[in-house]
Amino acid sequence: MNTTLARKNLMALTGLFLCLFLVVHLVGNLQLLLPPEKAAVQFNLYSKFMTSNFFIKVISYLLYASIVLHAVYALVITVKNRQAACGGYAYDRRGTASPWYSRYMGILGTVILLFLVVHMKDFWFEYKFGSLPLDREGNKDLFSIVVESFGQLWYLGFYTVAFIALGYHLLHGVHSAFKTLGIYPRKLSNFLYYSGIGLTLILTVGFIVIPIFVFFKYHMP
Amino acid sequence: MKLKLKIWRQLNANTPGKLVDYQLEGVEEDMSFLEMLDYLNEKLILSDERPVEFDHDCREGICGTCGLFINGRAHGPLAGTSTCQLHMRSFSDGDTIYIEPFRGGAFKVTRDLKIDRSAFDRIIMAGGFISTPVGDAPEANAIPITHDEAESAFDSAACIGCGACVATCKNGSAALFTSAKITHLAKLPQGKAEAQQRALGMIAQMDAEGFGHCSNTKACQVECPQEISVTNIDRMNWEFNKAKVLK
Repeated sequence: MNTTLARKNLMALTGLFLCLFLVVHLVGNLQLLLPPEKAAVQFNLYSKFMTSNFFIKVISYLLYASIVLHAVYALVITVKNRQAACGGYAYDRRGTASPWYSRYMGILGTVILLFLVVHMKDFWFEYKFGSLPLDREGNKDLFSIVVESFGQLWYLGFYTVAFIALGYHLLHGVHSAFKTLGIYPRKLSNFLYYSGIGLTLILTVGFIVIPIFVFFKYHMP
Repeated sequence: MKLKLKIWRQLNANTPGKLVDYQLEGVEEDMSFLEMLDYLNEKLILSDERPVEFDHDCREGICGTCGLFINGRAHGPLAGTSTCQLHMRSFSDGDTIYIEPFRGGAFKVTRDLKIDRSAFDRIIMAGGFISTPVGDAPEANAIPITHDEAESAFDSAACIGCGACVATCKNGSAALFTSAKITHLAKLPQGKAEAQQRALGMIAQMDAEGFGHCSNTKACQVECPQEISVTNIDRMNWEFNKAKVLK
């Protein structure tokens, strides 16, 4: 980890792994869209599976490590880049040469990290260490907690803002990760660029739509 | 044409600098940007003031010596243009023009608008060459590569090492410069034999000089006077990872 390229490789690999996780997470969340009776049973069963299966446990530790490494190295890289940038200019219009979200990955990442803390506290921590009621199948009733949380408008707003930040983070991050790894041959460059945008759109819209769906389905008369 | 100039003045690397205002009348639109500075300097010399020092050499856009940060952008407002190829017709009467030295990475201001770019030379010395004497340019059809590959290598070789990429990078990264040099030789049969050690050596030197990380914002290719593509950086990363795995 003593070269700039090695540090960026770590960012790219952990970032892509986290993207893969987001896809799985979104697919799991889609169960919230099922008819109410089915959704509750299905979602609670799924939650139990995700927290008790051995292989998923191993992957979840990889996931925690990825989040920590991605955040810590982002900080290391930012500090080193600040030193290398030597201050700046009295009159600075460099921003016209690149999209804003590619320059503010750190800020967008911080918003996502803040979101993660709240998200993990409210669902992950509650599920593992809180005293949840059981559903009629005898599984911990995470579904009710989720539905209840999304009944609050500020919570819905917070989630939406966080996912927009995630969207912009991925809009630059996905194709940038492939470039960093050097896996960006000319013949595939368009495919990689546009599939990065496609994946970003699916994840962002998917994650934003589900809480809004829950709000309208369960909290509107 | 009458201009208000705000020029960075600094005596040497160890003293702080500041922007100093100059009013300049009689500028003609056919003057190049550097000729405008020459014209200012003539007036400064006649009034016993220290002239503004700036780097320049060929003044035809191919040597990479000149490089000024003009109105907030490397080499000024035009795309694909070095400072010496920028002319005063790109400005209007009464304009205020900010002129600052390139900053970032290992670049240090030595005086006024002059900077020390020897870090680039040391990166080249760390592997940007072919060790075996390969003689004069061989007969073109005798080189076992296609025309497209040769053109593509030449596109990378077109880098003039001016440092606009570093100056415009928010991270002070020299990735575009270093990658252009690595890619240029990696694409040619003569350069393939040393591709691995070249990539590792030049990247190690780039880091040792204190340049920053590449964030793929692609601002460098926008400001590059030779329009060097960021795909060179992809190739550098590929060469680096390949060398690390195969080493």
